[in-house]
Amino acid sequence: MRSPTRNRSWLLAALFAFVALAWVGRSRPAWADDTLASDIDHLGSTDPVALHDTVDHLAKAGDARALPALQALDDGKLKMDTAGHAFIDDNGSVKSAVPGANRAPVGALTAVEVDNSMRRELGPALAALRLSAPEKDVRLAAAQELAGHPSDDATVLLRTAEKNEKDPDVHAEIVLALAQVDLASNDANRRLAAVVALQQSGDISFKGDMERLTTKDPQGEFNEPDPRVRQAAAATLKAIENKIALISVVGNLFYGISLGSVLLLAALGLAITFGLMRVINMAHGEMLMLGAYATFSVQNFFAAHFPNHMNWYLVAAVPAAFLLSFAVGVLLERTIIQRLYGRPLETLLATWGISLILIQTVRVIYGAQNVAVANPDWLSGGWQLLPGVVLTYSRLVVIVFSAAVLLFTWFVMNRTKLGLELRAVVQNREMAAAIGIATRRVDMWTFGIGSGIAGLGGVALSQLGNVGPELGQNYIVDSFMVVVLGGVGKMAGTVVGAMGLGIANKFLEPFAGAVLGKIFILGFIILFVQKRPQGLFALKGRFAEVG
Amino acid sequence: MTKALCATFALALAGLPGCKGPGDAPPPAEPAASASAAPVAAAEAPAAPKAKETGPIKVGILHSLSGTMAISETSLKDVALMTIEEINKAGGVLGRQLEPVVVDPASNWPLFAEKARELIQKDSVSVVFGCWTSVSRKSVLPVFEELNGLLFYPVQYEGEESSFNVFYTGAAPNQQAIPAVEYLMSAKGGGAKRWVLLGTDYVYPRTTNKILRYFLHSKGVADDAIMEKYTPFGHADYQTIVADIKKFAASGPTAVVSTINGDSNVPFYKELGNQGIKASDIPVVAFSVGEEELRGIDTKPLVGQLAAWNYFMSIDTPENKAFIAEWKAYVKEKNLPDGDKRVTNDPMEATWLGMHMWAQAVEQAGTTDVDAVRQAVGGQHVKSPSGFDIEMDAKNHHLHKPVFIGEVKADGQFQVVWKTDGPIVAAPWSPFVPDSAKKVADWTFPWVCGNCTEGKYKSASATASL
Repeated sequence: MRSPTRNRSWLLAALFAFVALAWVGRSRPAWADDTLASDIDHLGSTDPVALHDTVDHLAKAGDARALPALQALDDGKLKMDTAGHAFIDDNGSVKSAVPGANRAPVGALTAVEVDNSMRRELGPALAALRLSAPEKDVRLAAAQELAGHPSDDATVLLRTAEKNEKDPDVHAEIVLALAQVDLASNDANRRLAAVVALQQSGDISFKGDMERLTTKDPQGEFNEPDPRVRQAAAATLKAIENKIALISVVGNLFYGISLGSVLLLAALGLAITFGLMRVINMAHGEMLMLGAYATFSVQNFFAAHFPNHMNWYLVAAVPAAFLLSFAVGVLLERTIIQRLYGRPLETLLATWGISLILIQTVRVIYGAQNVAVANPDWLSGGWQLLPGVVLTYSRLVVIVFSAAVLLFTWFVMNRTKLGLELRAVVQNREMAAAIGIATRRVDMWTFGIGSGIAGLGGVALSQLGNVGPELGQNYIVDSFMVVVLGGVGKMAGTVVGAMGLGIANKFLEPFAGAVLGKIFILGFIILFVQKRPQGLFALKGRFAEVG
Repeated sequence: MTKALCATFALALAGLPGCKGPGDAPPPAEPAASASAAPVAAAEAPAAPKAKETGPIKVGILHSLSGTMAISETSLKDVALMTIEEINKAGGVLGRQLEPVVVDPASNWPLFAEKARELIQKDSVSVVFGCWTSVSRKSVLPVFEELNGLLFYPVQYEGEESSFNVFYTGAAPNQQAIPAVEYLMSAKGGGAKRWVLLGTDYVYPRTTNKILRYFLHSKGVADDAIMEKYTPFGHADYQTIVADIKKFAASGPTAVVSTINGDSNVPFYKELGNQGIKASDIPVVAFSVGEEELRGIDTKPLVGQLAAWNYFMSIDTPENKAFIAEWKAYVKEKNLPDGDKRVTNDPMEATWLGMHMWAQAVEQAGTTDVDAVRQAVGGQHVKSPSGFDIEMDAKNHHLHKPVFIGEVKADGQFQVVWKTDGPIVAAPWSPFVPDSAKKVADWTFPWVCGNCTEGKYKSASATASL
């Protein structure tokens, strides 16, 4: 618990002491440097208690010159030589951790290891020292850190910063940080102001504090004696709960769209090979898998030949995956599938056999184990939409990518000669042949493009999940589900089917869990297809009977 | 088919016991399998005893080399082969060489039982080292008990079991899960008040979480401060779950106990990193993630996340240095995939320990006969790479093991942040679960039972206590 013994006069004295210290610190008398130097060297202590005391001391001293050493400790870059002096090892360039000291390391350097309990202390300590940094971004980040992890040690520095801070964003965060300290204040007005400040922030992480303020302790007494504060806390709690509900809806919507875009990428190729060409293509999943392995190979190629451009291997992997899956698709169509048109059962068995052959081939070449496909740096991390809803870059990129692939498919179908011929062949093969379309050639191209698009899906999947020989098996059922639900033969149906399934899945998951949620969805689709066998978007007119 | 086979064999070998008509199937017996295996054994019968005492000793290795568990189990196969080679180089066992028989049950649980039967009956192995997931162990258990085989199981598991035919060289819950949760409750571990129990949907996570729930209740944690979630094997979309963890953590200091198994860990940790959850805010302790599993992940966002094991590759002892050097040399010699990136981990150490214990026991018993070896395995001591003298408990068939808790470092290794002073005796039946607390696993007289509330030889125990 935070100490309740704070009062104004004590605070003023502390403030004076701090200002005086800062003043003295600027003139750098010898004694101050000595404690700084010995403190920094003490950061290498193997005794955890001593180490914690030293960090505590450095944070309270408020001397920004200790920053590089503390930051290095947090990053695991602080090393000790055999003489007990601290050094910062920044990827090979070693310099003394004590600013201004011109020391060379004696003997071998050993890294100082920090654990979570140390990191929990270092975060606020670093932030406290950065509150007076000249750059706004640094101050803002520091204030946010302190708002997230309130610490008594930083209170004095925070109060000074609150007075001096001109920037409204940083000021708001500082107020937030102080409000959490003030929640434990003896002064009811202070507590009330703190609760109001917390409510204005709209941050959900104070739910626990508000719950404590509005409930009774085991003796039946309210944890918060003042009814005004209780009332304000109850209002804040309500606001937080509303916010959490909003976050759930927004979050689920995004996760649903993200899952939907994955399903769309997986199913789009199938929408062509199965939806348009009516080939029950059990090897579709393996086209995804080939795309993912193509990504892996391109990654290895880049690692071997262009290690400096590793971040962009994914861009090169897109055409590579498309071409590989396209080539395999064309090969399959020419050798096997074209002999089986109009015989769905044989096609099903043959393509299933092909899928087993492809899985085994990949096992022979790459081994049965999963391979590691790394995310490029620009796909790591995320963007915070709301507190509690982080849109991860990898998911965002997959959504954009699936939209691009959809656009590409639409373009091929509706704006190219091949697309025109394909639609003619699908509508009436004999008539198309009669007007001079080489239907066999169109079949080959179409199957190739359908497979190639599946390969593109594989690139995206390699960034989200595991890449192994059985990758395709996980998606084949989902892909068929999307195409059947959306309506065979309709591109728009596939899009709506994928998004609908994705969003429904994500809204069900929090209630039903991941396992039951999937079962519900499957049950729903079975019922739906019973009721409406043609799917969401039915083909109309004579065209419908052809299939 | 079965009938036809039996009819044919019945002509050649009258009164073969394995032949039963379809009508009298009930005992989980072995219609086709034993019928086809038996004639071979019978044909070789005269020469068999001699060959058995002088030829190589067959050792079965039953680990998934493909499918979702291959990420974890392949290395166990490799380390088992390494240990066999090590023992063979030192002269073998009883002056005979060990001969590994490797099969791939392909992460397919029923296939584990078939392969186990094949190893015992067709290959007549003396012992089997294998299984990772508890569901695979539960699948082979009836086979080993029926055919009186011997299984060394090298992975931490949920307890609530003790078989006469199995030696457990991994941790029981009190040697891994309970200490890890206690650590996270402590001030140093972050003082967690709220708990997310997250696992793959099968017997190990469900049972472990049941035990942990009872344990947390005993520590005064209410049910509304515990969130329990399961995902299927191979699950790849952890967006919702990670977001739920964040929401749950808004009400107080939270820790996540992960019993996710297999390759689902990769998307889980990726999502955790991408959504910006730091170990210093919401620590995640994993019971099935070690050095080997981290090899496939970018570990920088995971720094500080925890794992509890009985061994870490980073433990600094001369025994561990020798173990790692032996492994590295073996990987190089055999040119195994990924070469110098290969690591050692806890189940690998447990496999190595189990095999050495079995070899010592066979030497002591002077035979590979299962009944004799089983008696000899209890009480064996081996100096482990973790630096402790490890003993096999003769009563409950579990090892006495030290417990380590480590934090992930940027290089994919673990930094030990907490450890026990010495080996802990395993408690296969959890004292926190009311039904289990009464049960005893003790294979010595007068109990002779792995799942009893009173001894098999009750009168004897009564007289003995007088």
